[in-house]
Amino acid sequence: MSGEDSRSAARKPAMSIEKAQKARRKFLQSLGLTVGIVGASLLGYIPVSSARASLLRPPGALDEADLLASCIKCGQCVQVCPVQAIKLGDITDGFGLGVPYIAARDQACDFSCDAVQCILACPTGALTYEKPDFLGVRNGAPLAHAPILKAKANDPEPSLNLKERFGLARLARPESCLAVQGKGFKGQARGPGFKGEMRYVDVDRWAPIPVRDHPYEREICDLCVTECPIADAISLQATGDGRFIPMVHEQCVGCGVCEMICPVETAAIVVDAQAVWKGGA
Amino acid sequence: MGRPLDLIKGMLGAAPKKPEKVSEKVQKIMFLKYEDKDRYIKEKLHARAHHETSHKWRNRRWAVLIATNLLFVFSFWLDIQILEGALTASRFVGFHLIDLNSALHVMLAHKHIIVNLFIGTFTVFLLWVLLGGRSFCSWVCPYHLLAEWTEKLHLWLVERKIVTDHEFHRGTRTVFWLLFALLSVVTGYTIFETLSPTGILSRALIYGPGLALGWVFLLLLFEIFWSRRAWCRYVCPIGLTYGAVGVISPLQITYHVEHCFHEGDCRKVCLVPHVLDVTIKGRAAEETLGLGPDCTRCGYCVDICPTGALRYEVKGLSKLL
Repeated sequence: MSGEDSRSAARKPAMSIEKAQKARRKFLQSLGLTVGIVGASLLGYIPVSSARASLLRPPGALDEADLLASCIKCGQCVQVCPVQAIKLGDITDGFGLGVPYIAARDQACDFSCDAVQCILACPTGALTYEKPDFLGVRNGAPLAHAPILKAKANDPEPSLNLKERFGLARLARPESCLAVQGKGFKGQARGPGFKGEMRYVDVDRWAPIPVRDHPYEREICDLCVTECPIADAISLQATGDGRFIPMVHEQCVGCGVCEMICPVETAAIVVDAQAVWKGGA
Repeated sequence: MGRPLDLIKGMLGAAPKKPEKVSEKVQKIMFLKYEDKDRYIKEKLHARAHHETSHKWRNRRWAVLIATNLLFVFSFWLDIQILEGALTASRFVGFHLIDLNSALHVMLAHKHIIVNLFIGTFTVFLLWVLLGGRSFCSWVCPYHLLAEWTEKLHLWLVERKIVTDHEFHRGTRTVFWLLFALLSVVTGYTIFETLSPTGILSRALIYGPGLALGWVFLLLLFEIFWSRRAWCRYVCPIGLTYGAVGVISPLQITYHVEHCFHEGDCRKVCLVPHVLDVTIKGRAAEETLGLGPDCTRCGYCVDICPTGALRYEVKGLSKLL
């Protein structure tokens, strides 16, 4: 090596070797920068691939992979939501950074906007009323008919423009469900410290209020049934011995109000994001 | 076609070239300038003595940048609904505005374009054709402002020989642009958005801070201690996308060789000093030259030039006025 160096040094002036070395160093450093930044960007795949349960996405969201591709991460859906149910993913969500999700237990989507405003706000069709034809529809995702919004039941057009469910409720812990135990409920559904809001039509159709300002008193706890914003999505079935089981029906869209309102810790009923209707009950 | 093409190559990473032919007018200007050395030095010192350091354009630019970002913030916080969304996509009193680079990556990843996306992209394209392409960088991008402030710290450390600036090849940014586009197509994820400090900062301002700010902080540390303005100079594909728009923009900073003393103050403050290569003695082939698409129209050079050899100009309009 050193012999070769001295020979080329004899042929060329010293400056040019220095220049060549400098150029080489610059090239290698640039290569290092490229590999480093692209490598860092690919780290974003880890949270996406290793997520155990998918996040609950806003109404009208495309299937997960399509949503991550088409969402432009602008948060316009966040801005129109009257109950601030929509949050944006952080860097811990990898490629899901800036993509909207709903943490239903903290604040569910109660459709108090009456018209799925988030879909209207989306500039890229990541949230959409009408899926383009080339995107597949998963079995059990489409709703049998447009869901009826209880709050709009007396309006000329009582239904929501929503073709697919974005989740599905499930009685995950029947043993802790008050109705299953035959118990009633009295008081603030989630305690005095809970910040979640809901629209109560008998209070004010257009202004959601904090859940803590709307205490309940029930012989048998049926909050998941009465507070469900969608008609025919959930009901209580008597077992005959003074106990009741919440039954989720085909019309469930997956909004998460039942999970938010469930007064036991941890919630007995939860919403499974992007779950589909498998028929039967 | 020579110079416009060279400017585009320069934006993609090519080193600036010496002109093959200098116009007779410029030759005459240069001859007159250096004909009498004493007079030349006297004039130079005179200009220096009378030049008050101005921050006119910097202040205007910072005001516009901060006001734009605050308009986003207040549209949501105070519900004034003028500019709703974030820098990646928004509505200005209802009209869709969509960042060109973000839109490009959504289109590449999703392989589907809906009408709103197209309308918003086209509006923003027209807007930045009128306003100068990369002026997005220096007049709107919140990362640019943070990086400007940390750059001062970097230069302070360089001056004290505590750190040195490690330059990368400027072509690296072109490689990044292509790589991120390719990654969007192949993986179906808008991977660049995960890293983009522009998007992260804009969302953090509007929707509240998150852990993603840690990445922005790391980038700033890298720029302070390793390489001056590294993200904007060598990485950010947004800059190159808007640079491409700036190719046809009439709003430029122009250089007038007649007034220049070739001392290079402008190149020292510039984010993209290769665009100011023309200010080196013997590099200007024409009397008046636009600095080209990679210039962010930030105005630092305009502020610092003691002789007014660098000016904001709108092609066509300036001649009319």
